[in-house]
Amino acid sequence: MTSSNVGIVIVSHSKDVARGAAEMVRQMVGPEVPLAHCGGDPGGGLGTSVESIMAAIAEAWSEKGVAVLVDLGGAETNSEMAIEMLPADRRDRVVICNAPIVEGAVMAATESSAGSSLAAVRSTAEELYAGSIVP
Amino acid sequence: MSESSAARSVLMKHPVGLHARPSVKLTRLAKSFRCRIEVAQHASGPWIDAKSIVKVMALKAPRDSTLHFRAEGEGAAEAVNALSALVARDFDEDHADAATS
Repeated sequence: MTSSNVGIVIVSHSKDVARGAAEMVRQMVGPEVPLAHCGGDPGGGLGTSVESIMAAIAEAWSEKGVAVLVDLGGAETNSEMAIEMLPADRRDRVVICNAPIVEGAVMAATESSAGSSLAAVRSTAEELYAGSIVP
Repeated sequence: MSESSAARSVLMKHPVGLHARPSVKLTRLAKSFRCRIEVAQHASGPWIDAKSIVKVMALKAPRDSTLHFRAEGEGAAEAVNALSALVARDFDEDHADAATS
């Protein structure tokens, strides 16, 4: 899918959480934002993998860049690794947002759907921590 | 470009109030206009940026509250009319749907 909107990638340790968060984004924001999710290890347990994060980034790719929402520790470090392994011309257009995974994904996607820049999408997601929604 | 300003208020009858999904719809509609748009629960303010999803959700406006809109700049009148109409239409949600959200 090619889109002029910033892509959103959801990375959770749990496949169900990742899928559920993506479903919320789809239902609440709509189809005009490139969206991909990944989570869980191949054996069905909890975990994240660099390979599947890279695939999700490729799936949600937009020339405007991709914002990644993560849950706990390993999701973040593996996402960082996945970004480092991207081609040089894409690496600088992928950011990890410091935001709660579900709320952050909805906020980021809402911002993206208006055609905002990657920086604006990230700052909207991260504004949550500064606001009253997440104390 | 001619500068203009407009204001309008509307009673929100949505059974759940300005919860997540209506907030997203309101913000997205606001973002489709170029003018500055603000929303408040009281005519005296505080006024918040209607294009900020985080701030609109933080309003937590309940059912039967009045939403005040004001806009300044290109398309101001169209913007407040469109936003008021969205609220008056219950955000295009049917109530059975809203009750579960």
